[in-house]
Amino acid sequence: MMPALIFVISLATLLMFFVSYCRSLMASSSRHTLSKEVRDVTGIQASASAGDFARVMQLLSLCPERPDDRTGLQAVEVYYAILGMLNKLTARMVPSLHLWAEQERAGCANFAVVLLDRRIAFSREILAQQGEF
Amino acid sequence: MSGSAASIVWYSGTALELAFVVCSIARKSFTRYFFLNLYFLLTVGSSLARQFTLERFGLTSDQYRYAYFYTDALLTLALYVALISLYSHVFGELRVGKYLRVTAVMLLLGTALFSYSVVAQSTDRLSTKFAYELSQNLYFVGLVLTYVLWGAVLKLRETRTRLVQFVLSLGLYFSAYAATYALLNMGSKYSAVYLIGPLLGCFLPLSWTFTMWRHTDDTRLVPAQLVAVPR
Repeated sequence: MMPALIFVISLATLLMFFVSYCRSLMASSSRHTLSKEVRDVTGIQASASAGDFARVMQLLSLCPERPDDRTGLQAVEVYYAILGMLNKLTARMVPSLHLWAEQERAGCANFAVVLLDRRIAFSREILAQQGEF
Repeated sequence: MSGSAASIVWYSGTALELAFVVCSIARKSFTRYFFLNLYFLLTVGSSLARQFTLERFGLTSDQYRYAYFYTDALLTLALYVALISLYSHVFGELRVGKYLRVTAVMLLLGTALFSYSVVAQSTDRLSTKFAYELSQNLYFVGLVLTYVLWGAVLKLRETRTRLVQFVLSLGLYFSAYAATYALLNMGSKYSAVYLIGPLLGCFLPLSWTFTMWRHTDDTRLVPAQLVAVPR
């Protein structure tokens, strides 16, 4: 009985810390202003919607990875998938939860767009450095 | 876990622990986060000591058993000190460092006394049993303390990204460890559960290194964005 109780409590705290961790990752990129290039490429003008995530992820896979953004992206990808499941489960039963999940998924998409912007800038830097040789 | 998989996880974990230390030196934050660095240096030292005794005396030897449990207790103690150092960072401006240190020592002594009272009845291998019990209880205390620290971070509207992500990673690590321990105590028959522990050992240095590399001490975030449901 006791291990089962500890297991449930640990899972609940794990989920809470995971949500907060993903939100802290997303918050650290919330002040970023999108460049003209990324706005043209994605068609996103101010902020992304939940549905943009998959498309932005495809674009991200085309850009060279920056060494410091992989871990954060993987965590947010998992978070997006969990929110997707939650969305499907609660769409009809709990509308407020559905709305919250949609906002969170939009946040995930925004995070991915900011990452795309940084990767494009990184690619430009690499090209510029190669041009110098 | 097969030998090769265990070796890969061991090498990855050790490399990530060293990466954190190198990264914090490169970022000129070694002394600022001294206890986090000390924890990883001790982890590397313990891994080497365990490997040495394993190769020299074998898996079933008393020497390996002592090396394993004592280093485990030492590492849990070091992680506890690292957690208290995060408390000092969060409460730094309130000038309550002295009270924090006293409370931390009292809590540690209390946990040690409780652990001793649990194992005092047994006659054989008292010291290794005590080391194991202390380690397990300190993990639980660590989880509770991290939860309280996270509450303080939200209440005090902490904006330092590095600090926030260090606390959150530690919370993830402690809760995942506690869940794994509970699953093992429930008598899980799935071998995959035994893989989780070593993999978790890689998670903490990975996420802390990522945080150390990506953010400076001046990087800030909006505290309101951390809570899932706005208040």
